[in-house]
Amino acid sequence: MSGSTVRPPAGRRERGGLSSRLSKLPPIVLNMAAFLVGIAIWELVVSTGAVVLPGPAAVFWRGVELVQTGQLPLDVLASLKRVLMGFTLGVALAVPIGFLMGWYGIARSLIEPYIQFFRMIPPLAVIPLAIVTMGIDETPKVFVIFLASFLSSVIATYQGVLSVDATLINAARVLGASDAMIFPRVVVPASVPFILVGVRIGLGSAWATVVAAELIAAQRGLGFRMQQAQLYYDLPTIFVSLVTIGLLGLIMDRIVQMIDRRLTSWQERA
Amino acid sequence: MSDPKISFRAVSRRFEAGERSFLALDSFSLDIADGEFVTVVGPSGCGKSTAMNIAAGLLAPSDGEVLVDGRPVQGPGPDRGVIFQQYALFPWLTVRQNVEFGLQVAGMSKAERRRVSDRFIELVGLADFADALPKTLSGGMKQRCAIARAYAVDPTMLLMDEPFGALDALTRVVMQDQLLVTWGRERRTVMFITHDVDEAVYLANRVVIMATRPGRLYEIVAVDLPYPRSEEIRLSPEFATIRNRVWHAVYHQPKSETSSDRREDP
Repeated sequence: MSGSTVRPPAGRRERGGLSSRLSKLPPIVLNMAAFLVGIAIWELVVSTGAVVLPGPAAVFWRGVELVQTGQLPLDVLASLKRVLMGFTLGVALAVPIGFLMGWYGIARSLIEPYIQFFRMIPPLAVIPLAIVTMGIDETPKVFVIFLASFLSSVIATYQGVLSVDATLINAARVLGASDAMIFPRVVVPASVPFILVGVRIGLGSAWATVVAAELIAAQRGLGFRMQQAQLYYDLPTIFVSLVTIGLLGLIMDRIVQMIDRRLTSWQERA
Repeated sequence: MSDPKISFRAVSRRFEAGERSFLALDSFSLDIADGEFVTVVGPSGCGKSTAMNIAAGLLAPSDGEVLVDGRPVQGPGPDRGVIFQQYALFPWLTVRQNVEFGLQVAGMSKAERRRVSDRFIELVGLADFADALPKTLSGGMKQRCAIARAYAVDPTMLLMDEPFGALDALTRVVMQDQLLVTWGRERRTVMFITHDVDEAVYLANRVVIMATRPGRLYEIVAVDLPYPRSEEIRLSPEFATIRNRVWHAVYHQPKSETSSDRREDP
């Protein structure tokens, strides 16, 4: 949830010690240093022959090669397209349904059993059914991603509506606001932080689902590329795909986090 | 004296929790005159907040009724401004937008809203913070903003539920003085709930003391001290006499014969 860096408490400084000098460096420098140390350890472990894995250099050059041939960009584009389509559809449906469930007791009682039930089925378990009923083109993959992001964000949205401070609603009421005014002016803005948590969770599960969906039936995409590489024992390509998945996931999460900060800057943060 | 501004008529409120039922307020009757400042003080569980919420229209009485200007309360309305202990400012709105909230839902034009909010933000001394978000304000400033917001919709009376309860002792004294200044300029009927005896006496024309188990009216003490009130009055022997009387009424109530959590047939 929080940023990648943790500052040490201000009062704890040893005079002249190594840790005090290091703590004066900007966090990004330490982040980069940790990253380089990790690469060095990877190289070291591989060069001793302790494990049979490609080293960082081999993976890097395979990455360059895959970018040059245009294969990696195509795979990334294919995966991203699926994720964004499924995710957008999922969230677009989850927000109104979540509001409906949070605001109207009847809607909650009618819809919640279904949500709770389907939530227990891992979206990946739906893949066989989706392929049989929807074929092997884009539809079943987008559907599974849609399902994953919908289910994880609908709960957050309706919990958000439920947890809107009753005092704020009362405050609006005594100022003369009707229910029809309270909903857009109080309930919606007060729920935004929860909805964004839902969006973030939804994006995470959409990304996790696309790779798995592509492992099973695809002609393109990062998951498909790994599956192909597995057949040919092409470890560097598998590594390139994994690193790409991790980086793209990180970037998307950071973008949502930035939007979150912008939209909820009014929140009191501890 | 003319007709009361607000009149509680044998108001009772019972809360049910499973098989247990609990009488929070028992046949509470009280008349408050137009322009009067009444404080209500009592131990926790005496039903003072329950009485206020019923007057605000946020809670329905189990029995009896509350009349405002002779008409029974049916629900919340902008004629009764409410100040909550937790400030209840909309955290995503600036001070000005908070103050204009009630005006906006009433459909007032932008220019008119601006004029009214300017006036009340000025009145509570927040002019320099009109565009600030609540998170940047201190507790006292938040409560002043809430007071400006309540005043802006031009209520004929104010219901205040321990509004200074979350503030430190020094800020409280300042807020009490400011509230009296505001009340002196913009005279409204005030019903002010508190658990602080000093505060109750300092602010009020009359102090209503309540008792628990069940929550009920215990005694009413008139405060015959002139307004505007000042530190001089706060430290005067006359103040001390009234304060002692209220203190005794609050802290030395005879034990009641009934217990609060009695089991009753549903």
